[in-house]
Amino acid sequence: MSNITQSLYNIRLLDELGEKKTVIHQIHPLAKVLTTGVYLVVTVSFGRYELSGLIPLLFYPIIVIALAEIPVITMAKRVLLVSPLIIGIGVFNPILNQDPMIVLPWIIISSGWVSFLSLLVKGVLTALAALLLISTTGITKIALALRMMRVPKVFILQFLLTYRYISVLVEEVGRIIRAYSLRSPREKGIRFSNWGSLTGQLLIRTLDRAQRVYYSMRCRGFKGEYNVGREVGIQFRDILYLGGWSVYFLIIRYFNISELIGSLMIGVGK
Amino acid sequence: MSHHKIEVNSLKYQYTDGRQALNGVNFLITHGESVGIVGANGAGKSTLLMHLVGILFPNEGEVNVGDVPVTKKTLPVIRQSVGMVFQNPDDQLFMPTVFDDVAFGPRNYQLPEEEVEKRVHEALDTVGVLHLKSRPPYKLSGGEKRAVAIATVLAMKPDVLVMDEPTAALDPKSRRRLITLLQGFTHTKIITSHDMDMVFELCERTIVLKDGKVSADGPTLEVLSNRELMEDCSLEVPLTLQACPVCGRNNI
Amino acid sequence: MHMADALISPVVGGAMWAATTGAAAYSVKKVQYDLDEKKIPLMGVMGAFVFAVQMINFAIPATGSSGHIGGGLLLAIILGPYAGFLTMASILAIQALFFADGGLLALGSNIFNLGFYTCFVAYPLVYKWFTSKGYSQGRLLWGSILAAVIGLQIGSFSVVLQTIISGKTELAFGTFAMLMQPIHLAIGLVEGLVTAAVVSFIWKARPEIVERVSEKALGGVSLRKVVAGLAVATIMFGGIFSWFASTRPDGLEWSILNASAMEELDASGGIYDTIASVQEKIAFFPDYGFKNQERKVIEDTKETDNFWPSIDMGTSVSGLIGGLMTLLLAGITGLVIYFVKKRKREDII
Repeated sequence: MSNITQSLYNIRLLDELGEKKTVIHQIHPLAKVLTTGVYLVVTVSFGRYELSGLIPLLFYPIIVIALAEIPVITMAKRVLLVSPLIIGIGVFNPILNQDPMIVLPWIIISSGWVSFLSLLVKGVLTALAALLLISTTGITKIALALRMMRVPKVFILQFLLTYRYISVLVEEVGRIIRAYSLRSPREKGIRFSNWGSLTGQLLIRTLDRAQRVYYSMRCRGFKGEYNVGREVGIQFRDILYLGGWSVYFLIIRYFNISELIGSLMIGVGK
Repeated sequence: MSHHKIEVNSLKYQYTDGRQALNGVNFLITHGESVGIVGANGAGKSTLLMHLVGILFPNEGEVNVGDVPVTKKTLPVIRQSVGMVFQNPDDQLFMPTVFDDVAFGPRNYQLPEEEVEKRVHEALDTVGVLHLKSRPPYKLSGGEKRAVAIATVLAMKPDVLVMDEPTAALDPKSRRRLITLLQGFTHTKIITSHDMDMVFELCERTIVLKDGKVSADGPTLEVLSNRELMEDCSLEVPLTLQACPVCGRNNI
Repeated sequence: MHMADALISPVVGGAMWAATTGAAAYSVKKVQYDLDEKKIPLMGVMGAFVFAVQMINFAIPATGSSGHIGGGLLLAIILGPYAGFLTMASILAIQALFFADGGLLALGSNIFNLGFYTCFVAYPLVYKWFTSKGYSQGRLLWGSILAAVIGLQIGSFSVVLQTIISGKTELAFGTFAMLMQPIHLAIGLVEGLVTAAVVSFIWKARPEIVERVSEKALGGVSLRKVVAGLAVATIMFGGIFSWFASTRPDGLEWSILNASAMEELDASGGIYDTIASVQEKIAFFPDYGFKNQERKVIEDTKETDNFWPSIDMGTSVSGLIGGLMTLLLAGITGLVIYFVKKRKREDII
């Protein structure tokens, strides 16, 4: 139940954030989609045992969060729920690989731990990138970017419809489950004998709804083709945004900034 | 402007499951008329409306809008002149924002984007919800949803407005606002409803459906005040026309 | 189970995106070719339905626990494989965007693992095989269960392969597969049972929904093409896997070797190594040590005279200190922007 309210809340919050009008929100959606792409590829291209090199990648989400006025704590909560698969798989690394890797005067850290940490950091960074994309762009503009990337209109319309009706159907499922659990307080989930009828009835209602939606689309001249609005032109600042970040990401990829700063510090110290 | 008349001739329709929803319906609605269609659940109201916009096609009989028969071929013309507001606004508001939704129809007619924007603004302004332009539909109240649903139809600049239960699930204030709004429209209006008082206020003419047939058709006051007819069709005389429960005085 | 961005390498992610894009483009063509415009709102609303149904807890009899469904098979049964695949793609895309579930880079791989095998392998080959000679309660039940189980088994095996090839885990191939496959057997059983229950219910209430759609779907899927595609995929995966198994007898050993090679590179410095490292990074194949034979030689020689060949205390310390400094700097940058913006806002007010 909390799952349901939570997911609706989640979608609506990100929707709301997407409506803001900050510098970042005004960047062309296509530029943001591509920047996110470059960022993701660079992030995951780091090797299994690279940790310090990943840290400068944090500048991107931090700057975007600050400029786009995204609430830090709400974002952090979401990101901490990193895919269970990452932890599930990553947790074996320290067990399976205990060779020392980082040797400091007071502690020796095994490469298993380094690779686990590296995985977690990547998990956080990639999750942040996706959430920041949607919360600084909004679904409508994502659709626009997809259109400019030559994604077929049929798919985009279908994608938008799914998005739109998630609200309606999740609420409906919420009502059904509430009604069900009120009459079966001791059960953890839907009883076996009700699996088919509960879900099936919802499915039939959904199909009827789809038909009504189709009717109302047809009444407004729908002929199988989705007509998107005006394509917004790309401006110089959009190219600059994409170019600037890409160059920065590539520099990070080729030079370990953290280590450079570190050796500089040590050098100065000596 | 006689070409906006709507003519229904001995219309019959049977659903695939064998239910005879319409069994010989006849009427003629002329330009600028405001007509209420009332009847019990299952009397065939919604089925009738779907024939007016060409979602369903008759098994027998015919429907003419102006001088054009409603057939698959004439649909683009029909749908530009007849706009339908569905009973559940959630079925009609299928795009992620109000703007995109209202723009959906005009865009389908390949209008230039400036014209689309102009129409969206006009339509939203007419129903008084221009400020909701960039909202997602789930953030609208019931009344707002209804208003936007009407705007989606107005943006197509129809001559005839067909509405299925427009006041269903509205709070009294939203209902009142909607009635006032609709009173201001000069379109030909065809409204189905169980809200007898709304029909009484909005429509000068009322058609009563029973078991897929027209059981009465005439001036609203005459039809709705006929207690016997109303009882017979599982309806009720509008409260406005009933005697005052406190003082017993009758309004008419 | 969703594949995650962090577990995937750019090459695997890119390849799976390419495969998914291909399948999706073909599906869009098929859906458009059908000229069934009715299907578009149906797909949209069904996508939302599956999204919502994924949140229902189904109590599993006699276990005290509950399960969820993914809905891929149900989509294929109701919408047909092409529309089902596209709808699954939309659902996963929305989950990746709004819940960072899986992530955007791994999205291609997730759509493939959860959508392709179900819609284009399990549905036509298993479910259709059971129901092609007519419908009955039993056929629907077995068709759904087996299709769900098989679809998910291939899907989860695909997750294992993609993860191992991406090389972000220390888990050996065998161990990982032994972990994943049984879990997905259970998940598949629940998926199949729920799907069967729903489909049987619909079939009794409105038989035309189940029968009509699947008839159309049968005309659409060319079994031969699917089998051919499967064969190619099997050979491909088999080839990669056997190469992997023969050259690297032990995944664990391989990864350690690989790791030490990497560190070696950083520690020894020199122009040659810098170039090599740039080369390696350009290729986005940082985890693979098989490109540079020479490096192995260096490493072998060093290994003999140093117990921990890969460790250089200087690098460790500078990495740690530098990392902390960078972290601090990033944090400060964020705070500065935040306060400047706040000041500006206050000025305006």
